[in-house]
Amino acid sequence: MSTILDIQDLKKTYNSGDRHLTVLEGINFSLQAGDTCSIVGPSGSGKTTLLGLCAGLDRASSGSVILNGVKLDTLSEDERAQVRNQYVGFIFQNFQLIPTLTALENVMVPLELRGERNVQRQAMELLGRVGLAERHDHYPTQLSGGEQQRVSLARAFSNRPTILFADEPTGNLDEETGQRVEQLLFDLNRESGTTLVLVTHDLDLAEKTQRIIRIKGGTVVSDTGAPVSVSRDEI
Amino acid sequence: MPDTIIHIEKKNSLNLRWLLKMAWRDSRRNRARLALFISSIVLGIAALVAINSFSDNLRSDIDNQAKSLIGADLVVASNKEIEPEMQQLLDSIAVGGDRSDEVRFASMVYFQASEGTRLVQVRALEEGGFPYYGEIESEPQDASTAFRSGGRKALVDHTLLLQYNSEPGDSIKVGNLTFEIAGALHKIPGQSAMTATIAPAVYIPKQYLEETGLLQKGSRINYYHYYRLPPDTDADELATKLEPRFDAAGFGFDTVQSRKESTGESYANLARFLSLVGFVALLLGCVGVASAVHVYIREKLSTIGVLRCLGMSGKQAFLVYLFQVAAMGLIGSVAGAILGSLIQLYLPQLFQSFLPVEVTVGISWSAIAGGIGIGLVVSILFALLPLLSIRNVSPLITLRAGIEHVSKQPDKLRWAVSGLILAFIFVFAYLQLGTWLRASGFTAGVLVGFVVLALIARLMMGLVKRFFPRSWGYVWRQSLANLYRPNNQTLLLTVSIGLGTALIATLFLMQRLLLSEVAIAGSENQPNLVLFDIQNAQKEEVAQLTREQGLPVLQMVPVVTMRIDEIKGYTAADVRQDTTLGISERAFTNEIRVTYRDSLIDSEKEVGGSWQGKVVSSGGAVPISLEDRYADRLEVVVGDTIVFNVQGALIPTIVAQLREVEWNRVQTNFRVVFPEGVLEEAPQFHVLMTRTQTDSQSAQFQRTMVQRFPNVSAIDLDLILRTLDDILGKIAFVIRFMALFSISTGLLVLIGSVNISKFQRVQESVLLRTLGASRKQILSINAFEYLLLGALAAGTGIILALGASWALAIFSFEVPFVPDLAPLLPIFIGITALTVFVGMLNSRGILNRPPLEVLRREG
Repeated sequence: MSTILDIQDLKKTYNSGDRHLTVLEGINFSLQAGDTCSIVGPSGSGKTTLLGLCAGLDRASSGSVILNGVKLDTLSEDERAQVRNQYVGFIFQNFQLIPTLTALENVMVPLELRGERNVQRQAMELLGRVGLAERHDHYPTQLSGGEQQRVSLARAFSNRPTILFADEPTGNLDEETGQRVEQLLFDLNRESGTTLVLVTHDLDLAEKTQRIIRIKGGTVVSDTGAPVSVSRDEI
Repeated sequence: MPDTIIHIEKKNSLNLRWLLKMAWRDSRRNRARLALFISSIVLGIAALVAINSFSDNLRSDIDNQAKSLIGADLVVASNKEIEPEMQQLLDSIAVGGDRSDEVRFASMVYFQASEGTRLVQVRALEEGGFPYYGEIESEPQDASTAFRSGGRKALVDHTLLLQYNSEPGDSIKVGNLTFEIAGALHKIPGQSAMTATIAPAVYIPKQYLEETGLLQKGSRINYYHYYRLPPDTDADELATKLEPRFDAAGFGFDTVQSRKESTGESYANLARFLSLVGFVALLLGCVGVASAVHVYIREKLSTIGVLRCLGMSGKQAFLVYLFQVAAMGLIGSVAGAILGSLIQLYLPQLFQSFLPVEVTVGISWSAIAGGIGIGLVVSILFALLPLLSIRNVSPLITLRAGIEHVSKQPDKLRWAVSGLILAFIFVFAYLQLGTWLRASGFTAGVLVGFVVLALIARLMMGLVKRFFPRSWGYVWRQSLANLYRPNNQTLLLTVSIGLGTALIATLFLMQRLLLSEVAIAGSENQPNLVLFDIQNAQKEEVAQLTREQGLPVLQMVPVVTMRIDEIKGYTAADVRQDTTLGISERAFTNEIRVTYRDSLIDSEKEVGGSWQGKVVSSGGAVPISLEDRYADRLEVVVGDTIVFNVQGALIPTIVAQLREVEWNRVQTNFRVVFPEGVLEEAPQFHVLMTRTQTDSQSAQFQRTMVQRFPNVSAIDLDLILRTLDDILGKIAFVIRFMALFSISTGLLVLIGSVNISKFQRVQESVLLRTLGASRKQILSINAFEYLLLGALAAGTGIILALGASWALAIFSFEVPFVPDLAPLLPIFIGITALTVFVGMLNSRGILNRPPLEVLRREG
């Protein structure tokens, strides 16, 4: 299997006036194609920062992020955007659908950005896969939270990503809706063979991934490499 | 492992078609808001298109009606009696064509119906074909020909008839003769209503001129000769050929072409000035656009972040929003062009007092295209400032909302755009004003205006923040805090409403200042009635009559008319040949009026040389005194020589003294003063100055004077004040009309910014209501905030207006700056109240939203 994500000695610091705040330090791990992994940790531990760096949304202070063979640290923001468009899918806690676009148009955007043709058919198929074909012309405000996250799932898989990053995908949903979204996420992930990186507080959700990386104070405190049991107190 | 992006397929290039589609999609829920903020440029464009359309139409109308501008092919004018040699020349021009002669001079007339007297311009017109083109408009229409076809009939300016309760059939006394009023005079070819206000005309047949007894030696009389040339004679060629002889004789001339050019140029100047006022309104609107786009983009940050996350480049995201703004700019400009084309239908009415021709209204495609082009360019240029930040929006915003995700590093492109905006303003001003210096002045003026307003707004925000009144009640504190909170509107509203206020207040201040100058000049013991054209023989009798009427003779001044023959040994011919001498040829052709006395009067101050008030011995150059600015124009200093020609007698003089003169007094002031002992025997007339206490005393005195001495004319200060008030009122009305565009734009910007920030205000009000604030408290917070904003904007505008008026008074009109502050209070209260009203009217929806709806949306 090929390495999809390779993180080496990653460090992120912020300057706030005279203060230097180290958010992440000495992070190392790699993921193979098709792996599923959760990043867990308490609030302020640096897990969202780590997700942002892995997905090329931000630049590390030192260390490197190699995504699908592309070293992100040397790329400009626009070049990283191109990498994201080709290899990365995203799911956000607050869905992040574009409010002025219909469900169908939201799903079409990543494909259109790639310059693909006949994107409407592909987007409709994906909306059908998440059970929202009938509501393709609805705007996000006309959809429930669960429906919005399902549209978000369809959008995340629309560009057939090599790796999918999900930031608290069920954090804004009630339990029942959350479980349906989880099911869909793992089903789609399995079908497409995508590598999945989840950031979550939800231990039950984390346990559904093959590997759990636990972060505290900006450093990795444990990395199971495989599904293991983590104490709820530690999260 | 590769360390470059060799795997990245280059599919993410600029796909303009898709970006346009994205721009369209993204604008869906914002079009009404986009339209609202772009509406602030509509009025500016409308003003430009209206003025330029009107100007285009006026230009073509001047072309089409050119001949009626002077009513003849050629007009020759002179202010002295024609010598036989020149008479031959004038007669020869008429061969094969036709000529009508006219004599013009100022004189008193007496309306018998109302027993009123008035100084008018008497025009004694020869029976004949004038006007050869166009017509003298009168009522009844045939009166314009009937009055000179036999009998003692006069054609009298219609406003005079109204003022003096007279009508056709009544009598008017001009000099020694009484004329029957044949009709009301409405329009003379090429003359605007404004000219009629300054010098209302009374036409009489020329054959009776001699009998009126008004042609006295030394009187200021102008002779006009109107020609209809044979069809094969080119008027301009003829005029060019005769120009040296005309010049030598001190004749002026006008052809259709020269009048067309001078008329066209003066109205083009007016149009240019007004389009600059319109342009200021447009710039104000653009500030509104920039501010609205700034708020719009802030609200779009999350969408931009998502698009960046999904792979959109900074340039693509920038273009999506640029297309939206450009489309709105285009729509705003088109709407402005349509509105402007409609407004121009009204402009001929607005300008009617100033126009010498009938102006038709028609669509000017060039003005429309220009307006749309300018609107599009400036709206994009101003919107670019906030739009450029889109390129630097970080996709991280999708993970961490609520923190700053726009790079704060200095952006060179922002400086470039600011430079482009200034360059655009400069180029536009240059195209309107024609000189680099004036364009720089306008650009600097706009910049200073904006910067001063912005600085005052910032200062105010800083002061409120620094000296925050913590002990005040909650409502007041919240309102004050709103002035400097994030996304506040303080700066925007202070600049936009402040600039509009500044324009209006400056107009009021200047109008009042100029009027008060004249009023002050005539106050207290200053003369308020001037009698002129008093002949030598009448001097004592007129003074006697004045005293008999119980009026003082404040001054009796002799006036001698002369011309200059040589300056520093140079004649008119020398000056014509050697332009490096810097002396205007006009110095030799214009007649000047000179007095003689032994001392300076209180409106004069010596600034060079010394005064010798009396010449005892004859022979040698006469020491004279010159007004300092006149000396500058003649390029002479103390010690230089000038030879004057007094009715053929040459008098060599030497400049002995330079004087500064206060011209704005009701007083006889002179550019040249001779000492006593030189001009006593020269042909001359006298001016008497007196002071009347009441209007009726003044009217009675003038009536008696006209009956006893028909050739003596009177100017009273009331007449000057009324005329000036009338003229300033007409000019101010036009400028106020244009300034209205700026004020309205300021209000549109206010409406736009209130609506744009509505979402933020709804959230605030919902939170406050959730925390227990009453509707009344929230309304009070908003009302007080708008009160503060309106007061700050109006106050700042008034401060700017005081500065501008001071500069205009001191540097342009050269009068002391004593502002009449009375109209400023109503302006301040009016603008503040309007701001509160518009603000509250547009905020009314804020309180109607149920808190839960907003909180849910946020969740």
